[in-house]
Amino acid sequence: MGAEEHRQRVRSIIEDPALTYRQRVYALAGAAEDALDPPAVSAACALALDKGLICDLAEGHAPYRPRYTLPDYARALARGSTFLELPPPTTFDEATTFLLAAYANVPSITGYPVWFGDLDRLLEPFAADLDDDELRTRLRRFWVLLDRLFPDAFAHANLGPADGRVVRAALGVHRDVHQVVPNLTLRVDPDVTPDDLLLEAARTIVTVAQPHLVNHPMMVADLGERYGVVSCYNALPVGGGSHTLVRLNLLEAARRHSGSAERFLDTTLPGAIALTAELMEARIRHVVEQARFFESSWLVDEGLLSLDRFTAMFGIVGLAECVEHLLLLDGREGRYGRDRAADDLAHDIVERAAAIVHALPMPHCEATGGHALLHSQAGLDSDAGFTAGTRVRVGDEPDLYRHLAAVAPNHAHLPSGVSDIVRLDETVVDNPEAVVDVARGALALGMRDVTFEVANGEFVRVTGYLVRRSEIEKVAAADAVRHSSSVLGAGSFANAGLDRRTAQRVRSHERTVGT
Amino acid sequence: MTSLRVADVVRSSYVDGPGHRYALFLQGCTFNCPGCHNPHTIAPRSPDARDVPVAEIVADVAEVAPFLTGITVSGGEATLQWEAVHALFEALALDPATSRLTRLVDTNGDAEAGVWSVLATSMHGAMVDLKALDPHVHRVLTGRTNDRVLRSIRDLAARRRLDEVRLLVVPGVNDTADQIDATGRWLASIDPVPPVVAQGFRHHGTRLRARAWAEATTRDLERVADGLAAYGLDVRRRSLPEVAVAV
Ligand code: SF4
Repeated sequence: MGAEEHRQRVRSIIEDPALTYRQRVYALAGAAEDALDPPAVSAACALALDKGLICDLAEGHAPYRPRYTLPDYARALARGSTFLELPPPTTFDEATTFLLAAYANVPSITGYPVWFGDLDRLLEPFAADLDDDELRTRLRRFWVLLDRLFPDAFAHANLGPADGRVVRAALGVHRDVHQVVPNLTLRVDPDVTPDDLLLEAARTIVTVAQPHLVNHPMMVADLGERYGVVSCYNALPVGGGSHTLVRLNLLEAARRHSGSAERFLDTTLPGAIALTAELMEARIRHVVEQARFFESSWLVDEGLLSLDRFTAMFGIVGLAECVEHLLLLDGREGRYGRDRAADDLAHDIVERAAAIVHALPMPHCEATGGHALLHSQAGLDSDAGFTAGTRVRVGDEPDLYRHLAAVAPNHAHLPSGVSDIVRLDETVVDNPEAVVDVARGALALGMRDVTFEVANGEFVRVTGYLVRRSEIEKVAAADAVRHSSSVLGAGSFANAGLDRRTAQRVRSHERTVGT
Repeated sequence: MTSLRVADVVRSSYVDGPGHRYALFLQGCTFNCPGCHNPHTIAPRSPDARDVPVAEIVADVAEVAPFLTGITVSGGEATLQWEAVHALFEALALDPATSRLTRLVDTNGDAEAGVWSVLATSMHGAMVDLKALDPHVHRVLTGRTNDRVLRSIRDLAARRRLDEVRLLVVPGVNDTADQIDATGRWLASIDPVPPVVAQGFRHHGTRLRARAWAEATTRDLERVADGLAAYGLDVRRRSLPEVAVAV
């Protein structure tokens, strides 16, 4: 970037009426970082990045903190923190105060923490002294602070799979406060999570389109007991996280291909994966070896993060269009989610990509056997012309069963998370039991993640986070909105046609971070 | 092999009873309601209806059974084909893939006691429409009198097969204060007292004759629900009244 161009970028951030003060500060920090040259890669890799075959998701030119961190908050609460100058809490109020102080000191790519921890497990021991009303009042206050202090819908809290007073209170509070923060995940284990807890979650889902549900046994099998779900459904080791998330655009890979689908799997796909991996490696080395994050963080010093609990995420997008393109090259036609042949090819691509990525050595990824994890990347606000992750095309979703049958086989190959969105007809609002049925069926089908959205609701799921329809309208009108994710959401809304009923004129300014 | 004359199949329904359900709409109805949302299902035969063997339906339900609470047979009027419905329910109960599912009938109640004595052995429950307690108003709304409907409601309750009674609120027709009072009193006399659902009349899908009637507002529904609740009834209000299932 030339000096003049750089000055213009800084100037446009400073003068952007749609950004709050804090959003401008973060955007300016991003602009400063991007004044440096990005980590060196081969000419082929740089070209692939330039042409959009691969994308670094605007992580910045000189990564100086891991993209996603999942501090071990249980350990922090048990031992207290020298850095925070706080002893181990003994009451509920002390515990939530401790956590808020910790969150404010966690590095992240968005400026806000992406993970609030397993809130029910963390807080349950402190809830014993409180009656239900006191618990709810305090949890509600905590919830309000999470949203007001960390107004970013990538900030994610986890609950479950076991029953308890805190998880029930949290689901109730979440339903009442109508906030997009925290982004919320409930772990579901068919053997552990009782039906009526799932029903409680379903009541919240039909009201505010959260929590997101994850298949706990499947996660444990892939990542071990200590995993968390952060940001847009990224499943990662607790006490660690992911250095980076780089993604490969499968449609772009298919466009560079000639010949059969078979050949795509054998040559073009591995070649594109190698280029993506090269960029990941350069970025990981920068964080660890050049910026030396792990040598100067209080989270590492106090054992809340450790390098050996880190991995990296290899994202894929554009599967739907990739499949259509490859079929056309073969002189066939077919749509993913509609035609068996297209579904089969989609599954082959994801399976092959997983095999290659999981066999490729990646530095500083000890938490997952020295390789990165394949991830169905949920998209960016600036994306246009291809579908997020391994989803079927937006607006082209087939009926419920067909939709789930098309996407479910991919889930086994995506250990760091998937975000297929199941849109439920609004008549489900009166019948949350039905959500429990569909969720149970989806998990039994082998789905790792289940995310519901209720048609025409106030809460719209964008990539993997929620925005409120009313805030999108404000962004369209260039009013500053408190949630930085809403600025991104507005872009997605317009670019991906997430709501074909609403035509939006939207400018999108902010760095496209998160996801 | 027994078959059912099927007007429509909805494999994923949130509005035909508790939980996620497979809903089967049978062809043919004993009533001829101007306010019917699916008038094409009234005639005993229709070029759009299909004869579907019981085994085929069971196989189709089995395919999606892990996602369901149950199956609802609706209409038209389900009991017009009661023998086939009974055969279907028995087959669903015997198949290990579907035996877990609840089997409900959505009915206008216009059936003989003998029908219920058979169906009671294979179904978990029935949801019965009560268009009006007053036989004259009932005739306006359905073209028929309601003595069999009232008998069915009592009979199903006694057999512990009455899941709910649905009142379709047509403003100015069946919601006058004296009608609500009489209906509340009558329903409270049923043993055991059934849950009651108040649903609002909608124009969607109805024929011209019904357009003269006003659509029910939330206010209308509240008034009816409150009036019935005064008799100690458990009244549920549907926030999305009478969704047309098949148009
Ligand atoms: S009883 Fe039901 S199906 Fe039959 S005509 Fe009336 S509204 Fe239509």
